[in-house]
Amino acid sequence: MSCRDCNLCFEKKGPCTAKDEKCRRVLLMGNPNVGKSVFFSRLTGTQALSSNYPGTTVGFTEGTMQYDGGCALLIDVPGAYTLDPTNEAEEIAHRILEEGADKVILVIDATALERNLVMALQVLEHQLPTVVALNMVDEARHRGILINIPQLELELGVPIVPTVAVTGQGISELIAALDKARVSPFKEMTKEARWQVIGGIIGRVQTVTHRHHTLMDHIEDLSARPFLGGVMGISVLAVSFAVIRVVGEGIIRYITDPIFNALWTPLLEKLNSVLGSGYLRSMLIGQLFDGRINLEQSLGVLTTGFYVEFGMVLPYIVAFYAVLSFLEDFGYLPRLAVVFDALLHRFGIHGYAIIPTLLGFGCNVPGILGTRVLESERERFIAATLISVGVPCVSIQAMMSATLGKFGLHYIGACYFTLFVVWLVIGRLMNLTLKGYSPELIVEIPPYRLPSFKAWRTKLWFRIKDFFMEATPLVLGGILLVNLLQLLGVMDSVAKLLAPLFEGFLGLPAAAAVPVVMGFFRKDIAMGLLIPLGLSAHQTLVAVVVLAMTFPCIATFFVMCRELGWKRMLESSGIMLATAMITGGLLNVLMKVI
Amino acid sequence: MNLIQVQDNNFATIKDIPHDEAGQRFEALGLRIGKRIKKISGMPFEGPVTVMLDGRHFAVAHAVALHVEVEGQEAPSESDEPDERNIWSRFL
Repeated sequence: MSCRDCNLCFEKKGPCTAKDEKCRRVLLMGNPNVGKSVFFSRLTGTQALSSNYPGTTVGFTEGTMQYDGGCALLIDVPGAYTLDPTNEAEEIAHRILEEGADKVILVIDATALERNLVMALQVLEHQLPTVVALNMVDEARHRGILINIPQLELELGVPIVPTVAVTGQGISELIAALDKARVSPFKEMTKEARWQVIGGIIGRVQTVTHRHHTLMDHIEDLSARPFLGGVMGISVLAVSFAVIRVVGEGIIRYITDPIFNALWTPLLEKLNSVLGSGYLRSMLIGQLFDGRINLEQSLGVLTTGFYVEFGMVLPYIVAFYAVLSFLEDFGYLPRLAVVFDALLHRFGIHGYAIIPTLLGFGCNVPGILGTRVLESERERFIAATLISVGVPCVSIQAMMSATLGKFGLHYIGACYFTLFVVWLVIGRLMNLTLKGYSPELIVEIPPYRLPSFKAWRTKLWFRIKDFFMEATPLVLGGILLVNLLQLLGVMDSVAKLLAPLFEGFLGLPAAAAVPVVMGFFRKDIAMGLLIPLGLSAHQTLVAVVVLAMTFPCIATFFVMCRELGWKRMLESSGIMLATAMITGGLLNVLMKVI
Repeated sequence: MNLIQVQDNNFATIKDIPHDEAGQRFEALGLRIGKRIKKISGMPFEGPVTVMLDGRHFAVAHAVALHVEVEGQEAPSESDEPDERNIWSRFL
């Protein structure tokens, strides 16, 4: 059933949105990292990305849920520790609550009841019908925390349902309890009075039995130690990248390459003979080499377009997100933030910037969106620019391997090293020159949790699906555009215009300007366009570095525009362009000296 | 004494917190005056301090930890020491 079918929205012509006054509004609220996004997914059937760290949902997400024979708009409000806002997420949470709602589902973490009650009481003081989901009751029990739920229900004056969101325990009871949602007797009070009330409630409802340190607690403690934490951080990153490479290459060698060689190419050969010659054949199949299709170089929509995206890049996407999703759900990433905080502070961003940076290694779009976890505009600008300049997405990395790998692993290493040095230099320069302030790191570090296989698999599928939806039109459109521009002679004009810069400064043939300009659509496809140019190893390294650092791809461009505003986006692009050209020029000189 | 000066693995009670935005955030996490916390570690090069309260870990920037006043520093007692018999319980 869709939202339109419930007849509660009267003569609405589209699905419910937050602005519709006639649609029932249910808010899903709670502290960060209490499982709200898991509830949202279960209640709406819509996949919301959830992870084991605070701040996964910074903006709000809407979906439609069914209850009471009809439906309602469910809003996944960003997690907040308090409604006296101390950051942007809390400001948004406060604003949404002020706008009012028909019902509120308040998610409380049973393992940290005292702290969760601060925000819970603030929500209850708003006098909206509320039902509480006391989540993670299994983990609380495991930690020796016993909560007298009937007593807590009496204290808060609203129904309470014990739940374990990740397994689905208590979800149907929660939906049933929505009808019994009540307005709490709590009225607005001062901060001091609230703490007194909380102290009283905790004393009456919670019993904590002594529990010794477990192995997981020891690992948690060790990963916060200066030396071991650092070693662990570097080891986790090194092992992760090794696993991604091995798995990615394995999928290419044993799955995608055999499929493309044994099934796809023969099919295209037949299509080629049917199409004969002409523009359509040229667009779909592209150039032939010795009368045969070359999947890497033919540059047709169905040949190079499909092969680069699904034969070379998709395997790395699968490998990368498999590893990242595991680290996210295990709860390791916030610990990495602690390890890297001192270093990242030198660049005007705090340790939490490591999370969007790692996301950027998958795709720059979620990386840039992830910078919302940073609190100041200055931090977000620095982090977004650093991600765009120095963090190659997994598609680019796959193509870096394809273009540079044939010259030796040291060329791939040189490319990563150059990007890392540029990342350090630009970060330091931006920190020294940009105005504004960067707030300090004060965060909760979630406990380690063994990820559920089902949640991990769902998240991986969600991200792969996203890649298909985002990449396919851009790749096919990009290849089509290259062919059209080639036919119209525009490519030759671009190459002629940029020839002095490319030939004189970067030591590249003028034709290399075309892939760099095309990088605006899809950088992986653009790197594929370098292959037919027959560049030397040194030239390929310069071209790949310049291409990786120049303008973000079109999807990242729009996201940066939205997140930073077009003025800041232009500033960021200026930094990218200047950095790419200077680095390319220096690398060219250096290569000649070596 | 401030939070930086507390030795790793020792307990202390929060006496005062910064009276600014950082202090508000500190308090919102439940790190309030009168709470007994355990300092897990401090990262080098003025990196963050990790503390534990009610079994949860929190990372606090060095600049903020400098302004968190604590008192009553004490070493962990025998009951806080690990018990190898229960060490696997979180995996089970």
